[in-house]
Amino acid sequence: MTIEDVRELMTLATGDEKHDESSTSTLDALWVLYDRVLRTDPSDPLWEGRDRFVLSKGHGPVALYAILAAKGFFPREWLGTSMRPGTRLGSHPDRRLVPGIEASTGSLGHGLPMAVGMALGLRAKGLDGPRVVVLVGDAELNEGTSWEGVMLAPHLGLGNLTMLVIDNHSSSIEMGHWRDRLGSFGWNVRLVDGHDHGQLTAAFDVGDAAVPVAVIADIPAGEW
Amino acid sequence: MRRQAAATVVDLFRDDARVAVVLAEISVPYFAEAFRHDPQRAVNVGIMEPAMVGVAAGFAMEGFHPVASTMASFMAERAYEQLKLDIGYQGLGGTFIATGGAYDYSTEGATHQAPADIALIGGIPGFQVLVPGHPREVDSLVRATYANGAPTYIRLSAQHNADAHPVGVGAAEVLRRGPAATVVAVGPMLDRTLAATDGLDVSVVYTASVEPFDAEVVAATVGDDPVVITVEPCYEGTLARHVAAALTHVPHRHLSIGVPRRFWRSYGEPLDLDAGLGLDAPGIRDRVLAALG
Repeated sequence: MTIEDVRELMTLATGDEKHDESSTSTLDALWVLYDRVLRTDPSDPLWEGRDRFVLSKGHGPVALYAILAAKGFFPREWLGTSMRPGTRLGSHPDRRLVPGIEASTGSLGHGLPMAVGMALGLRAKGLDGPRVVVLVGDAELNEGTSWEGVMLAPHLGLGNLTMLVIDNHSSSIEMGHWRDRLGSFGWNVRLVDGHDHGQLTAAFDVGDAAVPVAVIADIPAGEW
Repeated sequence: MRRQAAATVVDLFRDDARVAVVLAEISVPYFAEAFRHDPQRAVNVGIMEPAMVGVAAGFAMEGFHPVASTMASFMAERAYEQLKLDIGYQGLGGTFIATGGAYDYSTEGATHQAPADIALIGGIPGFQVLVPGHPREVDSLVRATYANGAPTYIRLSAQHNADAHPVGVGAAEVLRRGPAATVVAVGPMLDRTLAATDGLDVSVVYTASVEPFDAEVVAATVGDDPVVITVEPCYEGTLARHVAAALTHVPHRHLSIGVPRRFWRSYGEPLDLDAGLGLDAPGIRDRVLAALG
């Protein structure tokens, strides 16, 4: 199974979302996560020891659907039903319908606070192994509730939380200066090429971090 | 009620390692024992009500029974979308305790008053909306619901009735029987409703559960020419859909006595606002008598 197979699977998806470029801006980072980083068990999606992944922005889930299908979370045939009556695959992912989806998302600014709660829950249960990775968009970080999570996670010392920012320069207000901005709140900030699997893999290696890590995956402007 | 709610939650927190407490600065001293007992499960997120609910959702996703609390205005209004999406839509349970119902913060204006809360939360499918009328009812309702898998909004009030009643989710109790009308009192409105209807030939039904609502008891209490009067500690008309649903089989009249749907700019104690808004016993009696003709 390679990322090219995932691209092929994405073509099976039906509905307008098939062409949503916001899926492809996330594809490399998602592939690296599911192929090299996250510990999951597709045969037991709610395995207690799993790593948790939240697609906070919710938009463009086709890349995630294709990867989950490729990894065996659900049958590939589901992709051919997406967005149609009776399907489990909508244009925003639903945890009640899709194995492997941890949180139902789509309204921007919700995923990071929920991920903070998940990371706290893991810590309260004494589970040191699993981690929480939450994907947000650069424009999603316009939302004030995102910054509630940005403030909270370092304050709470959540080294088991990683925020992946897909920075495709889609925000109408300037969102750069990530190292200064997120760093000043206490995040460990890592800037990488959003298409470079080696850089992404290295950035996701957080070891025994004492503070949350922010991986800023740069996608060239104009490319979604 | 506020102290009782915290005491009950702290008690559950000690006994049940699945309980998590998430606060947004408000009421932290009331829950101090929880923070001492296990700071891993008790979190003060600061003044961030949306994040408070989001964090509670994350705890619930990890198998905990989260309890969050703040003022009704900041819970039901500021964090409404989080209650709807992070809790309701995800299918999670949790206890959301709101203080300062209606205009308990009587000198603070609309910023700290939320008479719409019961209708708002009632608009989120699956949410239980409970309005206890006595501290002991708070205790029994929190214990009955905190781990039942459903999201629960518990609306506390500064005023309470003299006696506690055996309340439950979706339950109402007939306290008096009379043919002229069925008067339904919600939570802290009971004692003044009993006073207002003293000597009148009406039934009085009491409930601390708005969602779900005990339609069966109301339907069974009304006479052949039903007149239903609801006395509500929230915007008037909040219970109208429940009355309509209970009586689809029979023509009926319904009068809602509740908080008027306007911003008022008067201060004083809650009792002063009760009198000014016609929600004290004399004001309620006048409207009941007018409805009875």
